[in-house]
Amino acid sequence: MKIAIPVDSNIDEVKVNDSFGRAPYYLIHDTETKEDLFVFNTAARSAGGAGIRAAQLVVDQKPDVFLAPRMGQNAADVIKTAHIDIYKTEGSSVKQNIERYLAGELSPLDDIHAGLHGH
Amino acid sequence: MKIAVLSGKGGTGKTLVSVNLASVSEGSCYIDCDVEEPNGHLFFKPEKIEQEAITVKIPVVDQDRCTGCRACVDFCAFNALAYIKDQLLVFEEICHSCGGCVLVCPEDALSEKDKAIGSIERGISEDVFVHTGIMNTGEVSGIPIVDRLLEEIALESERDIFIDGPPGTACIVMETIKGADFCLLVAEPTLFGAHNLQMVHELVALMEKPFGVILNKCQEGENLSEIYAMEHGIPIIGRIPFDEKLGLINSNGEIVSRVDEGYEQLFASLLKATRKAAAV
Repeated sequence: MKIAIPVDSNIDEVKVNDSFGRAPYYLIHDTETKEDLFVFNTAARSAGGAGIRAAQLVVDQKPDVFLAPRMGQNAADVIKTAHIDIYKTEGSSVKQNIERYLAGELSPLDDIHAGLHGH
Repeated sequence: MKIAVLSGKGGTGKTLVSVNLASVSEGSCYIDCDVEEPNGHLFFKPEKIEQEAITVKIPVVDQDRCTGCRACVDFCAFNALAYIKDQLLVFEEICHSCGGCVLVCPEDALSEKDKAIGSIERGISEDVFVHTGIMNTGEVSGIPIVDRLLEEIALESERDIFIDGPPGTACIVMETIKGADFCLLVAEPTLFGAHNLQMVHELVALMEKPFGVILNKCQEGENLSEIYAMEHGIPIIGRIPFDEKLGLINSNGEIVSRVDEGYEQLFASLLKATRKAAAV
């Protein structure tokens, strides 16, 4: 399965990024091949609607699940339309969050915020 | 004569100045372009109000015609469109109504519908025409409302027009002053006030509009906005004192020049000075 996570860089030891729409990169981890793919977030510097464009970018990579610390309404609408589940990360370690998700220890992200528009 | 009253921030006295100038000017027209928080009507309490809805165009998708080429998604500078699971999603509150998606769609799958973003209320207070622009909460831009307000006054030649501008120096302020003959900047004496004056001064200079400043909340001691105005050769139209009586009348929602003879005279002299400066 493919797991998508907003991350703060595309080098080793990456951390989970606090923002969904404006994270610099997304990590797509393939649990079968153990391969990591980094997707550059071209929407990060958008004046507005970053969450929508970013969600489109990552959904196009056909992940099976999203892991994120939080998400705005618009991005969540895009991802839910694609029928992809979103789980809430705990702490900033990418490796631990993937392991905990696979062990069934993460909860679905249900506190979708209204968006941080203008920030 | 069309006078736009401006300031770099809220609370400097734009509404005080524009409402009172309109009141002392015979048979004038007051236009509230501060559409996010219009408050001139609270003073004028206009009667015989007529309301007009203001709408913008937003795209509607015919999912059967859409082939998923994403030309519209790629085109949209505001990221208001997404193509997910064989359907085009439109985020109406993100859309800036540019109409570009409809133009670039090769399949004619997009058309437009009206979406209300606010309204204009027109009424009368004594001999003053009061026009108020009101934007619905959460809309991206009040510019279509300002455009409509100014469209009608462009035809008005009989009455003097006083435009209560939005605070700051954003696009909507530029839109507001486009049709003005003269910009009246209202400034407070503090360092913050002088900085805000500088912002608006730079904007009106850039837009090549004639302008002058009214120094509000004047009291004893240093007035940094006055110093800024003198250093930059900005004509000082007049001064309004930092006065408890004025504050009290104003906070009761009364028009000070209608209820206090001294202030009626002050605003009459400010109007005269504004006319003189605008005529140069």
